[in-house]
Amino acid sequence: MTRLDAIRGRTPGQDHNARSIAALAANPACDRRAVLDAAAIDKPLLMKRLRFDDRWGQSPFAIQRNQQFTDLVKANGAAHLLRLLRGLLGLPIEEAGYVNLEDVGGAEGHAARHGHTRRIIRQTAEGRGRATILDRPLLRLDVAGARVYLEPDVIAFQLGGMFHIVAIKSFAILDDQADTPKVSAAAREAAVYVHALRDLVGADLVSHDVILICPKDFTNEPTATTVDVRHQLVTLARQLSRLTRIDAILDRLPEGFSLDLDRLSPGEIEAAVAAVPARYAPQCLSACELSHLCRKEAHLNEQVDALGRVVRDDLGGIESVTAALRVATPGEPVAADQAEIAERLRHVARIYDEAVA
Amino acid sequence: MSLLHSYVKVRARERGRALPRATVRHVHLAEAPMVFVPLRLAGEAAAPLGAMVGTDPRHPTLLVVPQPRNRDLRFQFLADLGAVLLPYIDRISRQVETVEAKTPFERCLDAPQIVVPSAGGVEFTAKLGRSSRFRRTTGPYAVDPAVPVLGRWLTFLAEQSEFAGSSLMVAMTDLLTAHWVTGQSAVEDGDLAALLGWIDPPEGMTGAEAAALADDPLTPPAGPDTHPEFDRQELQKAIAHYDETGSTGQVEKALDGQLRPTWDRMWQAIGLLSALKESPGATSRWERDRVHVAMHRAWIDGGGLPQGKRDSAVAAAKRLARLEAAQQSFEAARAFDDPLVMAEYRADGVAFAGEVVAVDLTRRIVPPGGKREVPRPLVTIETSDPVRLSRGKKVRSPSRPRQSATITSLSDRMITLQIDDGMGRGALPAEGSVPGVGTVICYTELDPGESRRAPLPPREETPWTHGGPPPEYVPTDDDAVEPWS
Repeated sequence: MTRLDAIRGRTPGQDHNARSIAALAANPACDRRAVLDAAAIDKPLLMKRLRFDDRWGQSPFAIQRNQQFTDLVKANGAAHLLRLLRGLLGLPIEEAGYVNLEDVGGAEGHAARHGHTRRIIRQTAEGRGRATILDRPLLRLDVAGARVYLEPDVIAFQLGGMFHIVAIKSFAILDDQADTPKVSAAAREAAVYVHALRDLVGADLVSHDVILICPKDFTNEPTATTVDVRHQLVTLARQLSRLTRIDAILDRLPEGFSLDLDRLSPGEIEAAVAAVPARYAPQCLSACELSHLCRKEAHLNEQVDALGRVVRDDLGGIESVTAALRVATPGEPVAADQAEIAERLRHVARIYDEAVA
Repeated sequence: MSLLHSYVKVRARERGRALPRATVRHVHLAEAPMVFVPLRLAGEAAAPLGAMVGTDPRHPTLLVVPQPRNRDLRFQFLADLGAVLLPYIDRISRQVETVEAKTPFERCLDAPQIVVPSAGGVEFTAKLGRSSRFRRTTGPYAVDPAVPVLGRWLTFLAEQSEFAGSSLMVAMTDLLTAHWVTGQSAVEDGDLAALLGWIDPPEGMTGAEAAALADDPLTPPAGPDTHPEFDRQELQKAIAHYDETGSTGQVEKALDGQLRPTWDRMWQAIGLLSALKESPGATSRWERDRVHVAMHRAWIDGGGLPQGKRDSAVAAAKRLARLEAAQQSFEAARAFDDPLVMAEYRADGVAFAGEVVAVDLTRRIVPPGGKREVPRPLVTIETSDPVRLSRGKKVRSPSRPRQSATITSLSDRMITLQIDDGMGRGALPAEGSVPGVGTVICYTELDPGESRRAPLPPREETPWTHGGPPPEYVPTDDDAVEPWS
């Protein structure tokens, strides 16, 4: 049993997915998220045990819509998908093999499923010539020195030895335009799969152009576009490399540190979470299940970070609300390195009071 | 954003209550604004779920789509919405005056104003407009005649809202954050309930406590997206009940519960905003809004086509130039109308205020390109603001907006300006035309005047770099019979 398994204890672990990797990589300085993710702690369960409300669920209507659309694209041996790929890649694909990698012949467990994915992908890569659609491959990634499996919700398409990641999303492309935040999120997630697949078959065999399949306008008709994720790949690789080695963080934790959600009392869970430093910013609210807990903590400590990155940057190194207001008060002694910001803050304090009066 | 804004945020946090960001209201509030709180079905691009709409806080109209996946019911919803909005728009925009000018133009006496809770509401309105303006009222998939007209107005209003300072369609969270600074982040300010919690908390509660209350999942979100938990616990059952029995009661009850709190907050917010005095700039921007409404009214009445799906190259360039000009003049006008807004520019060094310490009224020079000597008096101002303007910069003062000046020298705390115009025709500047010693005055590089627009070619002369002249847009049957999910 590894140290990480020991932390999780008997509680079942939770799979990583591309979204969670992207979220982790977006805040590489957060030890708390790094430890919880590496130990596969069930974060929604943790929040539930601490009596925070669950707000991470997806609407049943959205799930249903997504499922419907995905089924449509994959129906009849992915006929729609093939038609779109022909047009998009300009390839004379007569027919393609279809392999559902979820079907492992009874074998269970991630390792077995990943082994199966790996075998089939290698075979496919060597089998060249024949186009193949690989549905739901279980890929693996090293994150901060821990081995994580990615929830398989993509398709890998192989032709002539070259792989493409295909992401099926149910947000609409309206008049050839889609919501920017949704496309960026899809690109960031797809980049995680490209990265993981490149680990497996080599960088030059996986295209940086991912294929995004979405409904067209207000219809259910699928349409395909390629999205270049080179930028997202570079960012991801840099952020993954910046993640502190998980061993180094674990070394700093108290002896016998445990987050066994089934065994600990809420009070003990709270104390354990508090023992791992977090780095909260308001952006966490849309990316991390723990954000409400961290926000509460940040406000208790009066951290200016909780007011947003702009405020934090503007205040140039002043960390707490009280410190900022003290520095802005004329006559209060300030440290030499804060003399400049103190002068500017006192000026704005004065002109604000004048203007309000 | 400025250092001043960040500082006030910190102060609001400590005080537990929002602080003012403006001393006057920089947006026009109509006598009877139309409040529109729409909801959409999760996972769909433009499937309306319901809305609360109306001009009377006590009597909102509740519209629901009992089965949002049913196309006919969606268009029934749009027809019902049209029955509320179109008479309101018509009644107001039919009364037109002619403004005397070199080319006389028409202006509505008043204009419609639609207020939605957040930017998401504006975006959803635009999608509703896009989904309805091309519909046909005859033949296959025919819709109620109100639907395409409503679609054109919704599209027009959503497009106008992109112009800074337009008050035709406004998002309440944007209005509130323009007038108050809360002790929470910008992300959290996007939530109407939390934002109002900071600005106007219930008796005996701090802003932070009230905002935390708003964060409770039991507090319905302001839309257009509903809470997933609500979808799971209530909505799904209510829709299933409709499918079984054909009775809309449960869906109506569920959506009323979701919409009512936001509806009440919208009027609470309108009350807060109307307590502020309207700025002169807001009034004149509203005049321009009234001209735009009159133009659109005339276009529709004259049989003009619905707005195309995409702009042509020239139209897009023109629109961009207009957006930029509106942004620039809006920012400047706000600062000129409000010393508190100007303070943000002073904190950033593009404006300064201080006392006039010396004036040279007798200075005369021959201006570049001129022949005669003219008065160009110098005014020296002492300021403690961190000025970041440079020599030669043209500046203006809110107290003398028609007069321009040029910075001639800057030294520690002392700034000397040359007054360039507005001094009469005499050998010496006219009495009172130059600020006197002891006057406290503010100057800035901002200019609220209309900026000149870049000349753009007519559409027939669109250069080849931009695809050449575009084909005339003609709506086709394809537009109208888009297959629907």
